[in-house]
Amino acid sequence: MPHKTFFWFILPSALAMTLFIALPIVSVLVQSFYVEHERVFKEVENCTPFSCKTELQVDAEATAALEAAEPLGRFNGWGTYLNRRHLAVEEVGQAWAERASLPDFLAALYNLPFYKALAFTLTYLLAVTPLVILLGFAIALGVNALPGLFKGPVIFFSLLPMVITPLIGSLILFWMIDARGILGSLIQTLWEDPDLSLKASPVLTWVMLMVYGVWHSAPFAFVVFYAGLQTVPQDTLESAMIDGATRWERTRYVVLPYLMPLVIFVTLMQLMDNFRVFEPVVGFSAQASATSLSWMIFNDLRQEVQLFGSAAATSVLTIVGVIILLMPVLIRTWKQFHQK
Amino acid sequence: MKMMMKGALAVTGLVASASMASAGCGISGGSVQVLANDFPALHAVVSEAEACAGNGVTFTKNHTAEHKDLQVPALTTNPAKYTTVLVANGTLVPLLNDNLVRPLDALVAQHGQGLKKSQLITIDGQVMAVAFMANAQHLFYRDDILKAAGVGVPKSYEEVVAAAKAIQDKGLMKYPLAGTFKAGWNLGEEFVNMYLGYGGEFFASGSAAPAINNAKGVATLEMMKSLTDYMNPDFLTYDSNSVQAEWEAGNVAMTNLWASRIGAVLDNEGSTPAVVQATRFAGAPTVGGGSIPATTLWWDGFTIARNISDADAEASFRAMMNGVSAKMANAHADAATWLIEGYEPGATSQGILDSASGGAQPYPMVPYMGLMHTALGNELVEFFQGSESAEKALADVEAAYTVAAREAGFLK
Repeated sequence: MPHKTFFWFILPSALAMTLFIALPIVSVLVQSFYVEHERVFKEVENCTPFSCKTELQVDAEATAALEAAEPLGRFNGWGTYLNRRHLAVEEVGQAWAERASLPDFLAALYNLPFYKALAFTLTYLLAVTPLVILLGFAIALGVNALPGLFKGPVIFFSLLPMVITPLIGSLILFWMIDARGILGSLIQTLWEDPDLSLKASPVLTWVMLMVYGVWHSAPFAFVVFYAGLQTVPQDTLESAMIDGATRWERTRYVVLPYLMPLVIFVTLMQLMDNFRVFEPVVGFSAQASATSLSWMIFNDLRQEVQLFGSAAATSVLTIVGVIILLMPVLIRTWKQFHQK
Repeated sequence: MKMMMKGALAVTGLVASASMASAGCGISGGSVQVLANDFPALHAVVSEAEACAGNGVTFTKNHTAEHKDLQVPALTTNPAKYTTVLVANGTLVPLLNDNLVRPLDALVAQHGQGLKKSQLITIDGQVMAVAFMANAQHLFYRDDILKAAGVGVPKSYEEVVAAAKAIQDKGLMKYPLAGTFKAGWNLGEEFVNMYLGYGGEFFASGSAAPAINNAKGVATLEMMKSLTDYMNPDFLTYDSNSVQAEWEAGNVAMTNLWASRIGAVLDNEGSTPAVVQATRFAGAPTVGGGSIPATTLWWDGFTIARNISDADAEASFRAMMNGVSAKMANAHADAATWLIEGYEPGATSQGILDSASGGAQPYPMVPYMGLMHTALGNELVEFFQGSESAEKALADVEAAYTVAAREAGFLK
């Protein structure tokens, strides 16, 4: 394709990506370096139906004047990134200096909101991604072997978890695993422990969220692998059969290498998706035991005094996290490009 | 305090001072756009105000639980997206911080006949909101269960714990208590209630510096912990909806629940007649030998946006005045404890009236309280999961609050 044609071809999407992806990220990055102006207080008497009380109130006009002069707020540099809500450099240093043992240090680390969220986010990512790929691949192989008559309905049912909105899906499961729900009481009966509660224990809550994550994402991997399976060259498979390869050997040495680009694609998508896990934390009311980076951003913005700088810093750290996660794959792609 | 409350809430016995004529409310034109939270009492008010639509008056309403997040951006635009916002103690503060609502003194003088002085929320001498109902968490109890356990109606949290033990010992119920202990806002609110019951202060006097890591804070957490011993182990996921469901299912004998839930608990839907008939209400219990009920008083009221024309402001004020008429209050007597002149409180208002006359504190209206509330809701969790001491949990709350308050410009 001549360079000029390519330019006109790519222009609309490049424009859209600049407007809707690049510029917002730049704006978030800028925002993360600023915090609110110091509020000007005045002491006023407030009267409510119940009593009168002298309290501090923000002097709205004086504060508005400050904001009009510098609409972005106070420049804070890396301050927001380094504070206790984020990387907590000071607290981590102190915990390291005062550590009695490594588990002791890790416990202190886990007590800080960012590391607590990161711990769950990474565990979720590392557990859910491979399980989704394995399960998706297994379902795809199974469905592919079915007689034509059953394929349609089975595919339809396999896709349902992905069709259901994540928040709704997690709410439905949340009610089912309640101690009086169908799954919750089944588990109590099976373990013969009437006090067993999936929601009360942090460990079981983590497991529950991961099971949900696999349940919700497996159909995506399944669809991609199933589409890939339709294009596997039949003659290669047949010659493998003539050579006496078992079904497992055909899958391992013919199908899997052929589908490898798809496996990488699904891995990439899953890494990115799972790193910003959010809906199940809300749907399962799980914030007591499990928080994620996206949930932290949500929490900063969903209170009466919204913390835009803090939310922006967490967003930037999330982006950095995604880049680090994708780095091996990106390097690999770059090398392949240069080999050609 | 006590006298003021009586003045505010006690029955006057007077017939409603003539509220406005129903048809068209006498407004000649203008735009009325309402933003409000989503529960039955507010539906009643806004529907009544809607009667003013027509005759050149345009009327729109948006009832949503997301109102807290909508209000500041929606009122910052000029002209504002809504002309009137229905607020409560906590949600008025962000509007005041950004100077988004207008003083109502002139409108009250002109159109506010029939308002009681106690209904006027004044900030620095200016009327900024008009309150029309009160809300608070107070004691719901099952008369039949308490009688079967041979205990009286508890007046203090120590008695609540003793009663719960008696109920459990007799095998009447497995988890006799429930509470809105869901991590986040609900858990923070429970702490605020109990801490005020102990007479605690959240901030160092005259500043935004936190001051909760003290003996009262520790006592608050210990008491909350001893309550959770008698709750379903899932308590950190329980919000008002879950507690209401547990109550209606007959699984709970005592809870400190919002007065605004009474209508739904008594409506014969989702419950059995036996549970409904045995449900009773009382003021919030005291704690630690104190005399103040451990709860916070909330009011709901309406404000008028600053960035709108004076004509729209007047139309909105008059429409809302129509909405908060005594006629409306008496037609929906069970929906809320109305602060409106001419309203006759029924038995369902007993819990709020008892709590208020007992000297319960209003929810603090300082601008940084929201940040403290969030920090409490997030950082106390580990204590209730048993992985942290009370002192450590409170120190974490103070640290989390300090960082947030610095970022928001409340602390240096």
